[in-house]
Amino acid sequence: MNLESLVFYLFAAISVFAALRVITVRNPVYAALFLVLAFFSMAGIWLLLEAEFLAITLVLVYVGAVMVLFLFVVMMLDVDLVQLREGFWRWFPVGALVAAVMVFEMVMVLGARQTSETGANLAKHAADYSNTKELGRLVYTDYVYPFELAAVLLLVAIVAAIALTLRRRKGVKSQDVAQQVAARREDNVRLVQMPAEKKVPTAANQESEKT
Amino acid sequence: MMELLQTIQQMGQGLLGAAWLPVWTVVKILAIVLPIMGSVAYLTLAERKILGWMQVRPGPVPANSSKFLFLAAPVLALAPALAAWAVIPFDDGMVLADVNAGLLYILAMTSLGVYGIIIAGWASNSKYAFIGALRSSAQIVSYELAMGFALVCVLLAAQSMNMGDIVRGQQSQYGLFGWYFIPLFPMFVVYFIAGVAETNRAPFDLAEDESAIVAGFHTEYSGMGFALFFLAEYANMILISALTSVMFLGGWLSPVPFLPDSLIWLLAKMSLFLFLFLWFRATFPRYRYDQLMRLGWKVFIPLTLVWVAVVAAWMQTPLWLW
Repeated sequence: MNLESLVFYLFAAISVFAALRVITVRNPVYAALFLVLAFFSMAGIWLLLEAEFLAITLVLVYVGAVMVLFLFVVMMLDVDLVQLREGFWRWFPVGALVAAVMVFEMVMVLGARQTSETGANLAKHAADYSNTKELGRLVYTDYVYPFELAAVLLLVAIVAAIALTLRRRKGVKSQDVAQQVAARREDNVRLVQMPAEKKVPTAANQESEKT
Repeated sequence: MMELLQTIQQMGQGLLGAAWLPVWTVVKILAIVLPIMGSVAYLTLAERKILGWMQVRPGPVPANSSKFLFLAAPVLALAPALAAWAVIPFDDGMVLADVNAGLLYILAMTSLGVYGIIIAGWASNSKYAFIGALRSSAQIVSYELAMGFALVCVLLAAQSMNMGDIVRGQQSQYGLFGWYFIPLFPMFVVYFIAGVAETNRAPFDLAEDESAIVAGFHTEYSGMGFALFFLAEYANMILISALTSVMFLGGWLSPVPFLPDSLIWLLAKMSLFLFLFLWFRATFPRYRYDQLMRLGWKVFIPLTLVWVAVVAAWMQTPLWLW
């Protein structure tokens, strides 16, 4: 066994272990952290496949942003584990059915590719081969319409999510920063020209000097 | 023991003659004073510990917290800050890992530092630490977007994600006029300000806002745990300085054509940015949290998005000289 397969089995073992712990661990914060570990070891496996763009994007997007927001929510929620476990056996058949369909689909997709490329030991790429460039070219030429369609869908989802949660509460005392930034000195302060000293009648002045 | 001392004394006498006596006396004095000094350090520690035990004060690891995560959090904060240095080129060819996806790797590593903070805040089981962690992670996630888009502009200009190639792309016969801070000036400014926010430094240090939330996410840490957070913050500052120098100020390149390129230029540029970090701290009052979010989302992100389009269009015209 060479070093590459050793590293592969290490990463594979860690990701299987982490994925199992995601669904077995009691504390939801730990579950989210195990999911991060699973993503990380999957990124390692993708790096072994010379898919450095996908691997680093997985870390950047899922570990660096999505899971941070997940953790954010999970930490703030007071999750009641007893309530979560309720009705496990009632929903088990539905879950099992969904899992079976997913496994079937995966086998269909991966099995079809296996037959066309069985045994063909894919050649290593040259050192100057850029996975990123290749992927970019494919996405923006051959698959440009599906790609743009996915982008539009995402945009619609973002707008819809914001529209669903956006509500204006009355009586909130938060500051309007735009208004604060737009404030000019003239709006709030008025400079008044006035003499520095009051002119006192000379006669009174002399009298005060005497006393 | 006595025989060993005797042989040392004989050897010294043979070697130094009359000068041996004062030397030997100083050695003996040191042999007495140094252990005393060492014991004082441990005695003061023992005093605190024993007093704590006798008065049933359990110490800095908070009750009911997850001890493993509490101890792992400082390590998680420091490790990405050190790991990102792997792809920084110090001089032509002087880089630990000359990888093609260097820029992406940097983005990924800088986005991981937030885990140390968020886990520290949660595992501390303390309100102040938790609020600090939430503030910090929301801030880092927001400013990361602006940083990422600023780096997309660098990527467009250099047409490479290899850090060494980015610096070599800035090489020209006109010295500093070939560097990317000229065509990408708004991105240069945004990147550095977002970097200040990313490292939780003043004026964006709301995560450890001492007038409101004690010390933020590291309120419950002391000793080595605190030291690791401290190391992570300063290592991140140096990292951001190095990255800004490499991306926008030509890394190891000399600003004038008649002087040779060398590591010294990179160090000088980094020192300039580190000075700016300290200067900001001395000059600006702390931001309010809504101002911070406004700056990130409503100013920096639209500006960077527009500049990506501007640079992409500009590069198609003959007016692009870089």
